[in-house]
Amino acid sequence: MVELTLPKNSRVAEGKTWPKPEGAANLEELRVYRYDPDSDANPRIDTYYVDRDDCGPMVLDALIWIKNNVDPTLTFRRSCREGICGSCSMNIDGTNTLACTCGMDEINGTVKIYPLPHMAVVKDLVPDLTGFYAQHASIEPWLKTTTPEPSAEWKQSHEDREKLDGLYECILCACCSASCPSYWWNSERFLGPAILLQAQRWIVDSRDEATGERLDDLEDPFRLYRCHTIMNCANTCPKGLNPAKAIAEIKKKLVTRQL
Amino acid sequence: MRTPLSRIRGLGAAHHGTEHFWLQRLTAAANVLLLVVLLGIVVTLVGRSHATVIATLSRPLIAVLLVAAVISVAIHMRLGMQIIIEDYVHSEFRKVVLLMLNTFFCWGVGLSCIYAVLKISFGP
Repeated sequence: MVELTLPKNSRVAEGKTWPKPEGAANLEELRVYRYDPDSDANPRIDTYYVDRDDCGPMVLDALIWIKNNVDPTLTFRRSCREGICGSCSMNIDGTNTLACTCGMDEINGTVKIYPLPHMAVVKDLVPDLTGFYAQHASIEPWLKTTTPEPSAEWKQSHEDREKLDGLYECILCACCSASCPSYWWNSERFLGPAILLQAQRWIVDSRDEATGERLDDLEDPFRLYRCHTIMNCANTCPKGLNPAKAIAEIKKKLVTRQL
Repeated sequence: MRTPLSRIRGLGAAHHGTEHFWLQRLTAAANVLLLVVLLGIVVTLVGRSHATVIATLSRPLIAVLLVAAVISVAIHMRLGMQIIIEDYVHSEFRKVVLLMLNTFFCWGVGLSCIYAVLKISFGP
Protein backbone atom coordinates (compact mmCIF):
# COMPACT_ATOMS: atom_id res chain seq x y z
CA MET A 1 0.00 0.00 0.00
CA VAL A 2 0.95 3.58 -0.31
CA GLU A 3 3.07 4.89 2.59
CA LEU A 4 1.75 8.00 4.28
CA THR A 5 4.28 8.09 7.11
CA LEU A 6 8.02 7.71 7.02
CA PRO A 7 9.54 4.46 8.32
CA LYS A 8 11.03 4.81 11.82
CA ASN A 9 14.64 4.99 10.65
CA SER A 10 13.81 7.72 8.12
CA ARG A 11 12.13 10.16 10.47
CA VAL A 12 13.98 13.44 10.42
CA ALA A 13 15.35 14.78 13.72
CA GLU A 14 16.52 18.26 14.67
CA GLY A 15 20.26 18.46 13.98
CA LYS A 16 23.13 20.73 14.81
CA THR A 17 23.06 24.53 14.60
CA TRP A 18 26.44 25.60 13.22
CA PRO A 19 27.99 28.83 14.51
CA LYS A 20 27.32 32.10 12.70
CA PRO A 21 30.29 33.47 10.75
CA GLU A 22 32.13 36.06 12.79
CA GLY A 23 31.69 39.71 11.86
CA ALA A 24 29.08 39.00 9.19
CA ALA A 25 26.40 41.68 8.86
CA ASN A 26 24.28 40.12 6.14
CA LEU A 27 23.33 36.58 7.18
CA GLU A 28 21.21 33.96 5.39
CA GLU A 29 19.84 31.02 7.36
CA LEU A 30 19.77 27.61 5.66
CA ARG A 31 18.21 24.45 7.03
CA VAL A 32 19.69 21.45 5.26
CA TYR A 33 18.81 17.74 5.30
CA ARG A 34 21.70 15.58 6.44
CA TYR A 35 22.00 11.81 6.28
CA ASP A 36 25.11 9.76 6.84
CA PRO A 37 24.86 6.15 5.61
CA ASP A 38 27.90 5.18 7.70
CA SER A 39 26.11 5.85 10.98
CA ASP A 40 22.91 4.27 12.26
CA ALA A 41 21.50 7.69 13.12
CA ASN A 42 18.27 8.98 11.61
CA PRO A 43 18.46 11.87 9.13
CA ARG A 44 18.61 15.33 10.68
CA ILE A 45 18.16 18.97 9.72
CA ASP A 46 21.26 21.10 10.31
CA THR A 47 21.09 24.89 10.49
CA TYR A 48 23.81 26.94 8.81
CA TYR A 49 24.39 30.67 8.47
CA VAL A 50 25.97 32.06 5.33
CA ASP A 51 27.68 35.45 4.99
CA ARG A 52 25.81 36.90 1.99
CA ASP A 53 28.52 39.56 1.49
CA ASP A 54 31.10 36.82 0.95
CA CYS A 55 28.94 34.45 -1.10
CA GLY A 56 27.33 34.33 -4.56
CA PRO A 57 23.58 34.86 -4.97
CA MET A 58 22.44 31.31 -5.75
CA VAL A 59 21.56 28.47 -3.38
CA LEU A 60 24.39 26.42 -4.88
CA ASP A 61 26.81 29.25 -4.03
CA ALA A 62 25.62 29.04 -0.43
CA LEU A 63 26.10 25.26 -0.30
CA ILE A 64 29.61 25.57 -1.74
CA TRP A 65 30.32 28.39 0.76
CA ILE A 66 29.21 26.14 3.62
CA LYS A 67 31.34 23.25 2.35
CA ASN A 68 34.40 25.50 2.02
CA ASN A 69 33.99 27.52 5.19
CA VAL A 70 31.83 25.68 7.72
CA ASP A 71 31.25 21.97 7.19
CA PRO A 72 33.34 20.03 4.61
CA THR A 73 31.24 16.89 5.18
CA LEU A 74 28.12 18.40 3.56
CA THR A 75 27.56 16.31 0.43
CA PHE A 76 25.81 17.34 -2.79
CA ARG A 77 26.23 16.96 -6.55
CA ARG A 78 27.18 19.95 -8.66
CA SER A 79 29.07 20.62 -11.86
CA CYS A 80 28.26 23.31 -14.42
CA ARG A 81 26.66 25.88 -12.07
CA GLU A 82 24.62 27.28 -14.97
CA GLY A 83 21.57 25.01 -15.29
CA ILE A 84 22.81 22.77 -18.09
CA CYS A 85 24.17 19.63 -16.40
CA GLY A 86 21.26 18.86 -14.06
CA SER A 87 23.54 17.66 -11.26
CA CYS A 88 22.42 19.96 -8.45
CA SER A 89 18.70 19.12 -8.54
CA MET A 90 17.22 19.12 -5.05
CA ASN A 91 14.12 20.22 -3.16
CA ILE A 92 14.49 23.90 -2.25
CA ASP A 93 11.76 25.70 -0.34
CA GLY A 94 9.32 22.90 -1.17
CA THR A 95 9.99 22.80 -4.91
CA ASN A 96 12.27 20.54 -6.91
CA THR A 97 14.70 22.74 -8.78
CA LEU A 98 18.35 23.34 -9.59
CA ALA A 99 20.36 24.90 -6.78
CA CYS A 100 22.51 26.73 -9.33
CA THR A 101 19.63 28.62 -10.94
CA CYS A 102 17.63 29.25 -7.76
CA GLY A 103 18.49 32.58 -6.19
CA MET A 104 18.40 32.97 -2.40
CA ASP A 105 16.53 36.23 -2.91
CA GLU A 106 13.65 34.29 -4.51
CA ILE A 107 12.96 32.59 -1.18
CA ASN A 108 11.13 34.22 1.70
CA GLY A 109 12.77 33.54 5.07
CA THR A 110 14.89 30.49 5.82
CA VAL A 111 16.15 28.46 2.86
CA LYS A 112 15.01 24.85 3.40
CA ILE A 113 16.90 22.24 1.39
CA TYR A 114 16.11 18.54 1.05
CA PRO A 115 17.15 15.88 -1.47
CA LEU A 116 14.73 15.06 -4.32
CA PRO A 117 11.67 13.49 -2.69
CA HIS A 118 10.79 9.80 -2.69
CA MET A 119 14.17 8.62 -3.87
CA ALA A 120 16.64 6.59 -1.85
CA VAL A 121 19.29 8.89 -0.37
CA VAL A 122 22.95 7.99 -0.90
CA LYS A 123 24.17 10.77 1.41
CA ASP A 124 22.86 14.21 2.44
CA LEU A 125 21.49 15.83 -0.75
CA VAL A 126 22.57 13.05 -3.12
CA PRO A 127 19.71 10.80 -4.29
CA ASP A 128 20.20 7.38 -5.86
CA LEU A 129 19.36 7.83 -9.56
CA THR A 130 20.29 4.29 -10.66
CA GLY A 131 16.68 3.33 -11.47
CA PHE A 132 16.07 6.65 -13.20
CA TYR A 133 19.06 6.18 -15.50
CA ALA A 134 18.07 2.55 -16.18
CA GLN A 135 14.63 3.80 -17.22
CA HIS A 136 16.28 6.26 -19.56
CA ALA A 137 18.37 3.44 -21.08
CA SER A 138 15.21 1.32 -21.44
CA ILE A 139 13.65 3.71 -23.98
CA GLU A 140 16.78 3.38 -26.17
CA PRO A 141 17.46 7.11 -26.50
CA TRP A 142 19.31 7.08 -29.78
CA LEU A 143 18.47 7.33 -33.48
CA LYS A 144 17.24 3.96 -34.78
CA THR A 145 17.17 3.37 -38.54
CA THR A 146 17.00 0.47 -41.00
CA THR A 147 17.64 2.47 -44.16
CA PRO A 148 21.38 2.27 -44.99
CA GLU A 149 23.21 5.18 -43.43
CA PRO A 150 23.73 8.07 -45.89
CA SER A 151 27.27 9.03 -46.80
CA ALA A 152 26.83 12.46 -45.19
CA GLU A 153 24.26 13.14 -42.47
CA TRP A 154 20.57 12.24 -42.01
CA LYS A 155 18.67 15.21 -43.43
CA GLN A 156 15.95 17.00 -41.48
CA SER A 157 13.77 19.90 -42.59
CA HIS A 158 13.57 23.05 -40.49
CA GLU A 159 9.90 22.26 -39.74
CA ASP A 160 10.76 18.77 -38.50
CA ARG A 161 13.63 20.11 -36.43
CA GLU A 162 11.23 22.53 -34.76
CA LYS A 163 9.17 19.58 -33.52
CA LEU A 164 12.03 18.75 -31.15
CA ASP A 165 11.81 22.15 -29.44
CA GLY A 166 10.55 21.81 -25.88
CA LEU A 167 11.92 18.26 -25.77
CA TYR A 168 15.64 18.33 -26.59
CA GLU A 169 16.31 20.89 -23.83
CA CYS A 170 15.67 18.33 -21.07
CA ILE A 171 18.82 17.88 -18.96
CA LEU A 172 17.59 14.78 -17.08
CA CYS A 173 17.82 16.46 -13.68
CA ALA A 174 14.88 14.29 -12.46
CA CYS A 175 13.10 17.25 -10.81
CA CYS A 176 9.86 16.40 -12.66
CA SER A 177 9.90 12.66 -11.99
CA ALA A 178 10.63 13.24 -8.28
CA SER A 179 7.66 15.64 -8.10
CA CYS A 180 5.17 13.19 -9.63
CA PRO A 181 2.91 11.30 -7.18
CA SER A 182 2.38 8.54 -9.75
CA TYR A 183 6.15 8.11 -9.91
CA TRP A 184 6.40 8.11 -6.11
CA TRP A 185 3.97 5.20 -5.80
CA ASN A 186 5.09 3.20 -8.85
CA SER A 187 8.66 4.20 -9.73
CA GLU A 188 9.56 0.58 -10.51
CA ARG A 189 7.01 0.35 -13.33
CA PHE A 190 5.98 3.88 -14.34
CA LEU A 191 8.66 5.52 -16.49
CA GLY A 192 7.91 8.98 -15.12
CA PRO A 193 7.67 12.37 -16.84
CA ALA A 194 11.35 12.92 -17.63
CA ILE A 195 11.82 9.59 -19.38
CA LEU A 196 8.50 9.84 -21.24
CA LEU A 197 9.47 13.31 -22.46
CA GLN A 198 12.73 11.78 -23.70
CA ALA A 199 10.75 8.99 -25.39
CA GLN A 200 8.60 11.59 -27.15
CA ARG A 201 11.80 13.36 -28.28
CA TRP A 202 12.71 10.21 -30.29
CA ILE A 203 9.13 9.42 -31.35
CA VAL A 204 8.75 12.80 -33.09
CA ASP A 205 12.24 12.81 -34.59
CA SER A 206 11.62 12.71 -38.36
CA ARG A 207 14.90 10.82 -38.92
CA ASP A 208 13.97 7.94 -36.60
CA GLU A 209 12.49 4.81 -38.21
CA ALA A 210 11.40 2.97 -35.06
CA THR A 211 8.36 5.07 -34.10
CA GLY A 212 6.00 2.08 -34.06
CA GLU A 213 8.35 -0.05 -31.94
CA ARG A 214 8.85 2.84 -29.53
CA LEU A 215 5.08 3.21 -29.16
CA ASP A 216 4.73 -0.58 -28.72
CA ASP A 217 7.21 -0.50 -25.86
CA LEU A 218 5.36 2.32 -24.12
CA GLU A 219 1.85 0.89 -24.51
CA ASP A 220 1.44 -0.43 -21.00
CA PRO A 221 -0.90 0.41 -18.10
CA PHE A 222 2.10 1.17 -15.90
CA ARG A 223 4.93 2.40 -18.14
CA LEU A 224 2.80 5.17 -19.68
CA TYR A 225 -0.76 5.20 -18.39
CA ARG A 226 0.10 5.84 -14.73
CA CYS A 227 0.31 9.51 -15.79
CA HIS A 228 -2.93 11.15 -14.65
CA THR A 229 -2.00 14.64 -15.87
CA ILE A 230 -1.35 15.94 -12.35
CA MET A 231 0.97 18.56 -13.94
CA ASN A 232 3.48 18.77 -11.06
CA CYS A 233 6.13 17.97 -13.68
CA ALA A 234 5.36 21.06 -15.75
CA ASN A 235 5.12 23.23 -12.63
CA THR A 236 8.49 22.21 -11.26
CA CYS A 237 10.66 21.83 -14.40
CA PRO A 238 13.59 24.23 -13.94
CA LYS A 239 13.99 24.44 -17.72
CA GLY A 240 10.36 25.49 -18.25
CA LEU A 241 9.46 22.33 -20.22
CA ASN A 242 6.10 20.56 -20.21
CA PRO A 243 6.51 16.78 -19.80
CA ALA A 244 2.74 16.37 -19.25
CA LYS A 245 2.12 17.69 -22.77
CA ALA A 246 4.74 15.33 -24.20
CA ILE A 247 3.02 12.40 -22.46
CA ALA A 248 -0.38 13.54 -23.78
CA GLU A 249 1.12 13.57 -27.30
CA ILE A 250 2.28 9.96 -26.87
CA LYS A 251 -1.20 8.92 -25.69
CA LYS A 252 -2.73 10.75 -28.64
CA LYS A 253 -0.51 8.82 -31.06
CA LEU A 254 -1.47 5.51 -29.44
CA VAL A 255 -5.18 6.34 -29.75
CA THR A 256 -4.74 7.62 -33.31
CA ARG A 257 -3.14 4.42 -34.55
CA GLN A 258 -6.12 2.43 -33.23
CA LEU A 259 -8.91 4.58 -34.64
CA MET B 1 20.84 -10.23 -8.37
CA ARG B 2 19.42 -8.33 -11.37
CA THR B 3 20.85 -5.35 -13.18
CA PRO B 4 18.88 -2.07 -12.90
CA LEU B 5 17.94 -2.28 -16.60
CA SER B 6 16.64 -5.85 -16.22
CA ARG B 7 14.59 -4.77 -13.20
CA ILE B 8 13.11 -1.80 -15.07
CA ARG B 9 12.31 -3.83 -18.21
CA GLY B 10 10.59 -6.38 -15.96
CA LEU B 11 8.14 -8.58 -17.85
CA GLY B 12 8.03 -6.18 -20.80
CA ALA B 13 5.25 -3.96 -22.09
CA ALA B 14 1.70 -5.30 -21.79
CA HIS B 15 0.79 -3.78 -25.18
CA HIS B 16 -2.57 -2.62 -23.92
CA GLY B 17 -3.96 0.25 -21.89
CA THR B 18 -4.95 2.49 -24.77
CA GLU B 19 -8.43 0.94 -24.92
CA HIS B 20 -8.87 1.57 -21.18
CA PHE B 21 -7.69 5.17 -21.61
CA TRP B 22 -10.01 5.78 -24.58
CA LEU B 23 -13.04 4.10 -22.98
CA GLN B 24 -12.60 6.20 -19.83
CA ARG B 25 -12.68 9.42 -21.88
CA LEU B 26 -15.57 8.14 -24.03
CA THR B 27 -17.71 7.28 -20.97
CA ALA B 28 -16.73 10.59 -19.34
CA ALA B 29 -18.10 12.48 -22.36
CA ALA B 30 -21.21 10.29 -22.41
CA ASN B 31 -21.70 10.83 -18.67
CA VAL B 32 -21.77 14.62 -19.09
CA LEU B 33 -24.71 14.36 -21.52
CA LEU B 34 -26.54 11.47 -19.85
CA LEU B 35 -26.27 12.86 -16.31
CA VAL B 36 -27.70 16.18 -17.48
CA VAL B 37 -30.65 14.19 -18.88
CA LEU B 38 -30.91 12.17 -15.65
CA LEU B 39 -30.84 15.33 -13.49
CA GLY B 40 -33.44 16.95 -15.75
CA ILE B 41 -35.77 13.96 -15.32
CA VAL B 42 -35.30 13.91 -11.54
CA VAL B 43 -35.91 17.67 -11.24
CA THR B 44 -39.09 17.55 -13.33
CA LEU B 45 -40.42 14.65 -11.24
CA VAL B 46 -39.87 16.27 -7.84
CA GLY B 47 -43.22 16.55 -6.01
CA ARG B 48 -45.15 14.62 -8.70
CA SER B 49 -47.43 11.72 -7.86
CA HIS B 50 -46.25 8.08 -7.94
CA ALA B 51 -48.42 7.39 -10.99
CA THR B 52 -46.85 10.31 -12.93
CA VAL B 53 -43.33 9.12 -12.09
CA ILE B 54 -44.13 5.57 -13.26
CA ALA B 55 -45.76 6.89 -16.44
CA THR B 56 -42.76 9.13 -17.22
CA LEU B 57 -40.17 6.41 -16.60
CA SER B 58 -42.19 4.00 -18.73
CA ARG B 59 -41.76 6.16 -21.82
CA PRO B 60 -39.36 4.32 -24.18
CA LEU B 61 -36.99 7.23 -24.84
CA ILE B 62 -36.59 8.02 -21.12
CA ALA B 63 -36.11 4.36 -20.19
CA VAL B 64 -33.45 3.91 -22.92
CA LEU B 65 -31.62 7.08 -21.79
CA LEU B 66 -31.68 5.89 -18.16
CA VAL B 67 -30.30 2.47 -19.09
CA ALA B 68 -27.60 4.16 -21.20
CA ALA B 69 -26.69 6.41 -18.23
CA VAL B 70 -26.44 3.40 -15.91
CA ILE B 71 -24.21 1.48 -18.34
CA SER B 72 -21.94 4.48 -18.99
CA VAL B 73 -21.61 5.36 -15.29
CA ALA B 74 -20.99 1.74 -14.25
CA ILE B 75 -18.24 1.29 -16.86
CA HIS B 76 -16.67 4.64 -15.90
CA MET B 77 -16.84 3.73 -12.21
CA ARG B 78 -15.11 0.40 -12.79
CA LEU B 79 -12.34 1.97 -14.90
CA GLY B 80 -11.76 4.79 -12.39
CA MET B 81 -11.64 2.53 -9.36
CA GLN B 82 -9.31 0.14 -11.23
CA ILE B 83 -6.85 3.02 -11.72
CA ILE B 84 -6.98 3.91 -8.03
CA ILE B 85 -6.38 0.29 -6.98
CA GLU B 86 -3.47 -0.08 -9.41
CA ASP B 87 -1.99 3.21 -8.20
CA TYR B 88 -2.05 2.53 -4.49
CA VAL B 89 -2.22 -1.23 -3.82
CA HIS B 90 1.14 -2.87 -4.39
CA SER B 91 0.63 -6.36 -2.98
CA GLU B 92 -0.16 -8.52 -6.05
CA PHE B 93 -2.62 -10.76 -4.17
CA ARG B 94 -4.54 -7.87 -2.61
CA LYS B 95 -4.55 -6.03 -5.93
CA VAL B 96 -6.04 -8.97 -7.86
CA VAL B 97 -8.71 -9.54 -5.18
CA LEU B 98 -9.67 -5.86 -5.13
CA LEU B 99 -9.78 -5.67 -8.94
CA MET B 100 -12.13 -8.69 -8.96
CA LEU B 101 -14.34 -7.19 -6.25
CA ASN B 102 -14.39 -3.90 -8.14
CA THR B 103 -15.63 -5.63 -11.28
CA PHE B 104 -18.27 -7.61 -9.36
CA PHE B 105 -19.48 -4.50 -7.52
CA CYS B 106 -19.80 -2.36 -10.66
CA TRP B 107 -21.55 -5.14 -12.60
CA GLY B 108 -23.85 -5.69 -9.58
CA VAL B 109 -24.75 -2.02 -9.28
CA GLY B 110 -25.20 -1.67 -13.05
CA LEU B 111 -27.38 -4.77 -13.49
CA SER B 112 -29.52 -3.90 -10.44
CA CYS B 113 -30.20 -0.41 -11.78
CA ILE B 114 -31.01 -1.71 -15.26
CA TYR B 115 -33.37 -4.29 -13.75
CA ALA B 116 -35.12 -1.51 -11.75
CA VAL B 117 -35.54 0.71 -14.82
CA LEU B 118 -36.87 -2.17 -16.92
CA LYS B 119 -39.24 -3.30 -14.17
CA ILE B 120 -40.70 0.22 -13.88
CA SER B 121 -40.77 0.57 -17.65
CA PHE B 122 -42.51 -2.73 -18.42
CA GLY B 123 -44.80 -2.66 -15.38
CA PRO B 124 -45.23 -5.12 -12.52
